[in-house]
Amino acid sequence: MTGNTFYNEIINEHNLKPYHKRAVEGANFTLEGVNPSCGDDIVLELKVEDGIIVDGGFTGDGCAISQASADIMLDLIIGKSQEEAIRLSDIFLRMIKGSITDEEKEELEEAGILESVSHMPARVKCAVLGWRTMRELFGRTD
Amino acid sequence: MTDFERKIRADFPLIESSRCVYLDNGATTQKPECVLTEINRYYETMNANPMRGLYELSVEATEAYENARTVTANFINAEDPREIIFTRNATESLNLVAYSYGAHALKPGDEVIVSVAEHHSNFLPWVEASKRTGAKVVFFDCAPDGSFDLDELKKLVNTHTKVLAVNAVSNVTGQKNDIAAMADIIHEAGGVIVVDGSQSVPHESTDVQVLKADFLAFSGHKMYAPMGIGVLYGRKELLDAMPPFLYGGEMIETVSKERVTYAEVPHKFEAGTVNAGGALGLKAAVEYITKVGFDKITAKERELVKTAVEGMKEIPHVNIIGGENPDDHHGIVSFIIDGVHPHDVSEIFASENIALRAGHHCAEPLHRHLKVMSTTRMSVGMYNTCGEIEQFLDVLKSIRARMGYKDDRQYFLQ
Repeated sequence: MTGNTFYNEIINEHNLKPYHKRAVEGANFTLEGVNPSCGDDIVLELKVEDGIIVDGGFTGDGCAISQASADIMLDLIIGKSQEEAIRLSDIFLRMIKGSITDEEKEELEEAGILESVSHMPARVKCAVLGWRTMRELFGRTD
Repeated sequence: MTDFERKIRADFPLIESSRCVYLDNGATTQKPECVLTEINRYYETMNANPMRGLYELSVEATEAYENARTVTANFINAEDPREIIFTRNATESLNLVAYSYGAHALKPGDEVIVSVAEHHSNFLPWVEASKRTGAKVVFFDCAPDGSFDLDELKKLVNTHTKVLAVNAVSNVTGQKNDIAAMADIIHEAGGVIVVDGSQSVPHESTDVQVLKADFLAFSGHKMYAPMGIGVLYGRKELLDAMPPFLYGGEMIETVSKERVTYAEVPHKFEAGTVNAGGALGLKAAVEYITKVGFDKITAKERELVKTAVEGMKEIPHVNIIGGENPDDHHGIVSFIIDGVHPHDVSEIFASENIALRAGHHCAEPLHRHLKVMSTTRMSVGMYNTCGEIEQFLDVLKSIRARMGYKDDRQYFLQ
């Protein structure tokens, strides 16, 4: 058996020990994101001060991809401005659709490892759940 | 591979040519060559619109279609071929009963008992029928192992009870229900039993008279026949009393501007051009199953499930949904793995070319009742081999380690 799953150490680590899986004290942006067909269900909480995401966390349940992706996203966006977080999520969503440059992938840091989801249509919704929820929090419903 | 395994597999082109270990037979089965040939034969040699033309081809098509009905009736030991209505699938069959029998028999205050283990297709049609008629849906809950207590059913039944909707075999736990005993209870109360046979008819001999079923629904595609053909069995006097479900062509006797007389059963319920090719495919599947023999099919599938369940019980962190005993699982074993989401489980199986189903299997009320969000399901067909079950077990053992867990007993694939 040689099956190559994409569950590597980074995904597994973020799934088993999600650093940001916690409620956020003083959060001023909170939204639930759900994938009804597979049962992924997270609540994303962000604390934003002067346009900067100073803290963030998520709670809930879901598959390893949804959980790891949300955790990796928070690693990336905490400390950044709202606009920057949206811009990075633009890149992430395009990556999942299979069209980004190497430079853009660099910008995504660890989130770049989720690129292979672009070949797994059934799991796209899992990978983008956290990102989609974050965009909705900031009023982006596209 | 045993002689039986080799012989059966040779009959299924996809099984022979694919590298996939196909263990999603509860969702749909592969088709044997003889079924594919029969569908072709219909379209190549006798295709015309059945029951309409007076020319030879149409007469032949009609005869072939009606012969498929008779073969299907004999297959489940229906008294009269007119008790067989061809539909698209079990879902359509159950919608037909809920809509039409519901309209005929349900009134405000009546109760429809639905087992908590029903597929949504034997649940939602009753919810909607109840909304239309003012009846009420009452749940019949199961024990944690998926089994149903007949005494509980007796407590639910009362003078308002009109229908019991229940499966013969659960598509999640594989638990088999005592349909005849349930039928006795519901009949005594003056109601009818509507049986979803989707997961039982393909795997064991079915006799509607022994089951005392008033209605039985099943799909062709889960029993080696093509997609798009299904069956509703109904007792003739019940069907006679029910209004049509769909209206249109070939379901009438006479139509004028002022009035219409509908055809007799079964044609009253088969509006529009029928799926004659599919019905012939179903007939060929029935003949194939009969030729192989349910004694052999059921014994083989039992052996496969026994190998699976016994192997799974040895693997730490693997929890089987439903009964402890392999014989509690009729062709179906659903499970969860501690700390690993079912979608990740089936993803790993997919990467090893093993096809399983993950999710709630269109049975959300049961999952909620058993307090699991979703499960992974493996389900066997007559062409599966013990070797395939061993492959399934090998991958299953490796999953926790692949997901980064450091267990005492670590398994890795060679």
